[in-house]
Amino acid sequence: MLATLVIVFREVIEAGLIVGIVLAATVGVARRGWWVLGGIVGGVLGACLVAAFAGELASLFEGSGQELFNATILLLAVCMLTWHNVWMAGHGRQMAREMKAVGAEVTAGTRSLAALAIVVGVAVLREGSEVVLFLYGIASQGGTTQGAMLLGGVLGVIAGAGVSALMFFGLLQIPAGKLFSVTAWLITLLAAGMAAQAVLFIQQGGYLDVLQSTVWDTSWLLPEDSIAGRLLHTLIGYSDAPNGAQIVAYVATVAIIMGLTRWEHARHPRGNSIPTPA
Amino acid sequence: MAGSNKLLSMLVFAALLAPPAAYGAAPIEMTLKDHKFSPSVITVKAGEPFTIHLTNKDATADEFDSTALKVEKVVTGNSDGMVHIRPLAPGKYPFMGEYHAATAQGLVIAK
Repeated sequence: MLATLVIVFREVIEAGLIVGIVLAATVGVARRGWWVLGGIVGGVLGACLVAAFAGELASLFEGSGQELFNATILLLAVCMLTWHNVWMAGHGRQMAREMKAVGAEVTAGTRSLAALAIVVGVAVLREGSEVVLFLYGIASQGGTTQGAMLLGGVLGVIAGAGVSALMFFGLLQIPAGKLFSVTAWLITLLAAGMAAQAVLFIQQGGYLDVLQSTVWDTSWLLPEDSIAGRLLHTLIGYSDAPNGAQIVAYVATVAIIMGLTRWEHARHPRGNSIPTPA
Repeated sequence: MAGSNKLLSMLVFAALLAPPAAYGAAPIEMTLKDHKFSPSVITVKAGEPFTIHLTNKDATADEFDSTALKVEKVVTGNSDGMVHIRPLAPGKYPFMGEYHAATAQGLVIAK
């Protein structure tokens, strides 16, 4: 049971932290709960589909279908996160003003919510398909331990959701004026980490064989498979032994988001600097 | 912007189209049966990329997973898959079948 709990917890937490950040980044936006819920439901359905067709998916692109699929949906999430931050740079002040004036929810952020709903969907899809395959394997094996293992799976989901809630409520402790700035940074680093992960998948598929050597190794200090290592991996893309191409992707993503954000900010001279991660 | 986007997408496209030449050497055959790897210990040359051809003879899926090797690859039941691994520094790199980690354990030794 414990093994099941640990695996499911690990996968749920990765998607859950992203949900927590998205919820914190959209505080005060009308109907955000529905958008996020839609992302989760869509992600779960997608996860079941991916799990059902895992064999077919894997055999595409000379056996590298799975890797290229993972890389593609990660890069989709990177684009959506980038778009959200850039959009916020132009509209953040308007949103903040509306929130103060109405003292409640605003409608301005709805378009940006759609992008974040896709991010949530992608995160749930990616981690969820592994959980589905894993639990399906247990269920089809039978045996006396089956019930206990499924119980472990359910407890893993609950524990993962609990940590995500902690993340969300922790972020809410940040004063409202600074919250957008903090979430903008979190989203920037989240996107950079996803871009680096996408590069890893492309390399794993047997493509992009440049700068593949490990640049530094900090596994003695903080192993990536420790709990703290995993959390940091999900949140900011921590890798204990990144290769050159990953570092290029990471730095380029941060630079592109910061550049576009400043550019958008300049186009809206009255927008204040709240959501600019710079 | 449009220009650099185009350049970027061309680069990505070129990289994706380029044949995975570095993995030209014959893949290392490995099977997974009764949730155990065979062989479970393999020795490879440090500094050179290599490929493991993993045949899953169990009925259920498993994931070849290693944070040390930086790979995760799902291989469904009664099927097979190629696991491409980038050049390694000399050392020992454990891997596992994540869905059956109690028994599915292995080690790559790079010399």
